[in-house]
Amino acid sequence: MSWEVVIGLEVHVQVNTKTKAFCGCSTAFGAEPNTQTCPVCLGMPGQLPVLNMDAVTKTVLTGLAIDATINLESRFDRKNYFYPDLPKGYQISQFAIPLVEHGHLDIPVGGGEKRIGITRIHLEEDAGKSLHEGLEGVSHIDLNRSGIPLMEIVSEPDMRSADEAVAYLKQLHQLVRFLDVSDADMEKGQFRCDANVSVRRPGQPFGTRTELKNLNSFRFIKQAIEYEAMRQIELIEDGGKVVQETRLFDSTKGVTRSMRSKEEAHDYRYFPEPDLPPLRLEREQVEQIRRGMPELPAQMRRRFEQEYGLSSYDAEVLTQTRELAAWYESLAAAHPADPKRCANWLANELLGRLKESGRDIVDSPVSAQQLAGLLDRIADNTISGKIAKDVLDAMIESGEDADAIIEARGLKQVTDTTAIDDMIREVMAANPEQVAQYKAGKEKLFGFFVGQVMKASRGKANPAMVNERLKVLLRE
Amino acid sequence: MPFTSLCEWSRRLSAGEISAVELARLYLERVARYNGRLNAFVHHDEEAILEQAAASDAHRAKHGARALEGLPIAIKDIFCTREGPTQCCSNILRGYQAPYDAHVITLLKEAGAVLFGKTNMDEFAMGSSNETSAFGPCRNPWDAERIPGGSSGGSACAVAAGLAPAALGTDTGGSIRQPASLCGITGLKPTYGRVSRRGIIAFASSLDQAGPMTRSVEDAALLASVLCGHDPADATSVSNVPQIDWKAAVGRQDLKGVRIGRPREYFSEGMDAGVLGCVERALECCQGLGAEIVDISLPHTEAAVATYYVIAPSEASANLARYDGVRFGHRCEQPRDLLDLYTRTRDEGFGPEVKRRILTGTFALSSGYYDAYYLKAQKVRTLIRQDFLRAFEQVDVIATPTSPVTAFRIGEKTNDPLTMYLADVFTIAVNLAGLPALSQPCGFVDGLPVGLQWIAPAWREDRLLSAAAAYEKATDWLSRTPELEAMA
Repeated sequence: MSWEVVIGLEVHVQVNTKTKAFCGCSTAFGAEPNTQTCPVCLGMPGQLPVLNMDAVTKTVLTGLAIDATINLESRFDRKNYFYPDLPKGYQISQFAIPLVEHGHLDIPVGGGEKRIGITRIHLEEDAGKSLHEGLEGVSHIDLNRSGIPLMEIVSEPDMRSADEAVAYLKQLHQLVRFLDVSDADMEKGQFRCDANVSVRRPGQPFGTRTELKNLNSFRFIKQAIEYEAMRQIELIEDGGKVVQETRLFDSTKGVTRSMRSKEEAHDYRYFPEPDLPPLRLEREQVEQIRRGMPELPAQMRRRFEQEYGLSSYDAEVLTQTRELAAWYESLAAAHPADPKRCANWLANELLGRLKESGRDIVDSPVSAQQLAGLLDRIADNTISGKIAKDVLDAMIESGEDADAIIEARGLKQVTDTTAIDDMIREVMAANPEQVAQYKAGKEKLFGFFVGQVMKASRGKANPAMVNERLKVLLRE
Repeated sequence: MPFTSLCEWSRRLSAGEISAVELARLYLERVARYNGRLNAFVHHDEEAILEQAAASDAHRAKHGARALEGLPIAIKDIFCTREGPTQCCSNILRGYQAPYDAHVITLLKEAGAVLFGKTNMDEFAMGSSNETSAFGPCRNPWDAERIPGGSSGGSACAVAAGLAPAALGTDTGGSIRQPASLCGITGLKPTYGRVSRRGIIAFASSLDQAGPMTRSVEDAALLASVLCGHDPADATSVSNVPQIDWKAAVGRQDLKGVRIGRPREYFSEGMDAGVLGCVERALECCQGLGAEIVDISLPHTEAAVATYYVIAPSEASANLARYDGVRFGHRCEQPRDLLDLYTRTRDEGFGPEVKRRILTGTFALSSGYYDAYYLKAQKVRTLIRQDFLRAFEQVDVIATPTSPVTAFRIGEKTNDPLTMYLADVFTIAVNLAGLPALSQPCGFVDGLPVGLQWIAPAWREDRLLSAAAAYEKATDWLSRTPELEAMA
């Protein structure tokens, strides 16, 4: 009998507001420790929180994007626990009534789509960071992160494989970046994931779940879930029982390890935060946020297919990030003749070259206008596609326009029939044997002649014209 | 002289009869003479006070007088001030220097007041007798063997003993009104949300409210006019509410047409007969001034103390979690590990009453008990609020005793926290309902002051002040002052 893995995910997404959730401190990443703090986020006696409405707006926007219910009245609660990087001894969070509930996200699964329920999104504040590495007998605390707004996005246990979990996370990651509600840089901890994993026989009730922590890359998430599912299955098959507990993923060994049992779990003693009145939103405020909704990845994919006639694969690739999609649209606007050529050159040629040097589209030394200039030269037969690739290499290296490079290197394609005919005649004169064989019926040799003519032109002859003229002249 | 009202001092300062420096000296001498015995002040920096007074005199000469120009105001040790320590009378904050002023302290400074030292209080405002202070008990000026009430005991004592003309207090369950009552002064707790809580060390955030403690009703109005107002940095401070014409409110001479509610639950048997008699006579006096006395009922009064002692400790258990020895305040010596740091720091820093309330609150919020305690308390809180709403359909203002008893002896109730908690039985419901209330002197029993409490609908502090001002003018309790010579 087979096993089914059941996965639910809790994702903490740092909201990219300028200031913290409850005070005016900067949220910029990478500052000297404890330089972006104030009495409020240090938890000094008598200090009070004031809610950052920008964080609310961004959470509502995310809620609208997953087609969720926006609670016009939500509430903040205190989540109580002691830890040195939690200055107040409690975290301001939303427990009983979150801002967002009952949404969903459609993820690509094996050529189709699968709908993953999103239970809730609530707004809360991040804790500081405890630093232990390289320190002997002491720990250091950096409270720059203390108070940065987080959305906690909690899914339903709707995923049935590590691949689905990763697909969901990628989709969510893309969404929050499209919405510009988070920079979602996983290396900076701006998009963090905990996974609840259990196994069961298909059709049976859910098994006992474990919570996996420390999953800070898509690769680790997949590894951790797969490891954990196997561990649970083997445990049950050996007659054991899964214990409800929190487990830490050890990425160097690729295993999960018990961190604390259910009995050791915190009692967070949630209760309504008396320093903040309930958060009340007007319907009109929500509608205004909705009107500011940017185009979402799924809509954009469909539009790219329809408007530009792209394959679903190309549409998918080009809508990976908002920046890439915008880049493509500038390119297509600058080279309207052939949107598919734009897609090919961007996705295959430019991105491929950038990737080799570890760069992203936003770092491209070639602008969309410049690439369009290159494509124009292909379109008007000034250069061949093959030559164009060399020109692109040169453009990336020098940042110069295509025309300047074509001119300087004399790469202009030969499209003059007389010149091409001359070259063909020279090649025929130099290879009388092959001409005779061709004429005797060995048509395979046609390619040989094309190659020879192209070689003679040093690649500059227009290949289509070479083909056409060769057919004529070889028949003479 | 030391028992002169704030308003009278303000007039004399303006008339040039006395300078702010002279006024400060007058009270500094009183403090030097009597504070050793009374223990009303836990921090007093003579130099800093005289400096402020001199600056005030200079300001008056150059730019004219502001609302509280040159007036010395004693500050409960719960208000954060840049100058001097802010210790909340707790060992865990011993020597703590706040890096900012509480919002109301800023307002006082901007109004030209002279911050006149930090007053004694129950540790973290948890207590009704001032006995839980880490700096020793404050004493009642009317009888030094007795408590001044709490938690704002030091502020009440300072004003009653003429060590300062006025003081700031805070009131979570009666901490302004009960000591005002027991020391024979006037204390006003404004509507929750009327005064900013920013920079006031939190005890129970949904209940805490700062207010004036003064000799006269007019003084309370003067100080309130400076303290009240919206603060955008306190999310519970309210902006769109009726403003009060403080001066007009205290101008009232009679109580014609005023309906005064007399809640039968506050005049129950088992109360001190002397206290009851004083309050009844006060109501008769009000009747004589034209008021109509209406018998009303606040049926959930009985549940108020229990409700309060779930909600306040619950909030306190979270509010006091920040005193962990990590960033400020007391830290134990040589902690073995993190847990040791927490437990020893907090064990050494907090006194027994504070620990009791942290434990009570932690228990009430614990998984499995939350519904039975915290949630139920919130529901009862709603019922108590509704009691008042219904009552105010019938009456304009409610009058009750402030405290069921006069000041008790130091040590008398220390070992019986439940009896101690019942000392707040008449003041607590007001905090749970977020209403404004005022206590003023209305007589004496065996030489100890008795307080009359006025309660008004939310945002109607004007009604409290009008009723209290009219009563004050009709009586002469203000002229009685304690005999302090034996305490010098």
